[in-house]
Amino acid sequence: MRVAILGLGSVGRGVASMLARKGLGITVTGIADSKSGVCDPAGIDVAAVLEKKAKTGLCGDPAVTARSIAEGGEYDVLVEVTPTDVETGEPALTHIRAALAMGKHVVTSNKGPMALYFRDLTALAEEHGVQLRYEATVCGAIPIIQTIQHGLAGNTVHAVYGVMNGTCNYILTRMADEGLTYDQALAEARELGYAEADPTFDVKGIDTALKLVILANTIWNNGVTLKDVECTGIDLLTAEALTLAGSQNSTIRLIGEVVPEMGLLRVSPRILPKKHPLVVRDTLNAVTVVTDMAGAITEVGKGAGSVETASAVIGDLLFIKNCHVKGH
Amino acid sequence: MKIEVKDAPGQLVAALRPISDAGGNIMAVIHEWDPTLRPKTRIVQVVLDLPEERLDGLITTLKAAGVTILRLGEERLLLKRSVIMIGHLMHTDLSDTVGQIDRTGYAEVVEMHMTMPGIAQRSSALLTISATNRTHMDEAVKILRTVAKKKDLLLVEPLEEVA
Repeated sequence: MRVAILGLGSVGRGVASMLARKGLGITVTGIADSKSGVCDPAGIDVAAVLEKKAKTGLCGDPAVTARSIAEGGEYDVLVEVTPTDVETGEPALTHIRAALAMGKHVVTSNKGPMALYFRDLTALAEEHGVQLRYEATVCGAIPIIQTIQHGLAGNTVHAVYGVMNGTCNYILTRMADEGLTYDQALAEARELGYAEADPTFDVKGIDTALKLVILANTIWNNGVTLKDVECTGIDLLTAEALTLAGSQNSTIRLIGEVVPEMGLLRVSPRILPKKHPLVVRDTLNAVTVVTDMAGAITEVGKGAGSVETASAVIGDLLFIKNCHVKGH
Repeated sequence: MKIEVKDAPGQLVAALRPISDAGGNIMAVIHEWDPTLRPKTRIVQVVLDLPEERLDGLITTLKAAGVTILRLGEERLLLKRSVIMIGHLMHTDLSDTVGQIDRTGYAEVVEMHMTMPGIAQRSSALLTISATNRTHMDEAVKILRTVAKKKDLLLVEPLEEVA
């Protein structure tokens, strides 16, 4: 199976290096970063491209663009892992639309287009009889979408809730453990590379809200968008609030929850008993799916990271390879 | 409930039987001795668990049996939920915030722990609310949400799970 990889940031490099190392019967025929690209229908030496990228900052020829690869490359699956834009979904949106319209499968880690245009994109994929898979958009390495779509197939899902942002979880863990203020814990998260220079996206709950929108659409195809999410972040929490929760053998976590029967689509800091399965430490994520037959299932794992997110992308790629690409 | 019964053999049993008949679970019976009481009467405090909708029927039956109910309802608030409020709690009239719950008649703030690190800084408080049942508790928290929004306070609620 031939794939083209658009985006060579943390996720793209993780995917490319794992494909180079593991093989897995996948040939990379196109790679592009934001400034350059490389194409070879016979297969690219991925390790060499990554080395070049590390040395020069470019992966290939500046004349070759991500868009030209998406629209003209020879591939079976487009791996769209460019950075997320929550306002427009671009440039990923154009890449994904182009590939789907040409009857190519798409695997993406990009939350922007999936949260903004879920119904459009899934309809486009269906119209052209191809797969659009996006496991990496929600909770990194945790196979929550596979679990919902396949593992729990036939179940009625009543609710999904969980800890879906590792940055917030790290900050809250440190505030509770060490009595740090929010600012101190955030500064520490930045030093360790868990938080961006501008942490708004994470700490205001927007990242969690995007994941909720994607999960809600996956399960109920209800067309909800970011505007429908009632969103409160963790940036106004005090160290004293964590101590007060601790006095009751509880703690605080940022929880995203979707309960359609109650009309609930909310991100907010919540009090949970310390022994609760969703009280995971540091940058871990944890999600509970409540169903009619299986009851409640909780999955815990790493929500971010280059190789961890690559795990989700590669899982999607191999699913398509095994189930949807003739002759693999 | 606190009841007054005649100090005569068989009177207490006669007073408690209607509770059992109404499907109530008697958890404790406490006799109170008060020398100022009328002669030949006893005060008994009964802790019981009874579906709320059967309470009015029980009161009628007890009264018909000649039992005087001195106090009722203190122990009615069985459900508890703790929330945390963060913000300028004092400057935004904390007693009004608490009062809005207490005035409902079906829920009240029964405990509060508060920390105020500095005059200009936001304070944090753990409020424990008691309510008669789940619906009333949800109503009380809803009131608190509205108050928090109006007063620009952050309300941290417990995770109520769907299962």
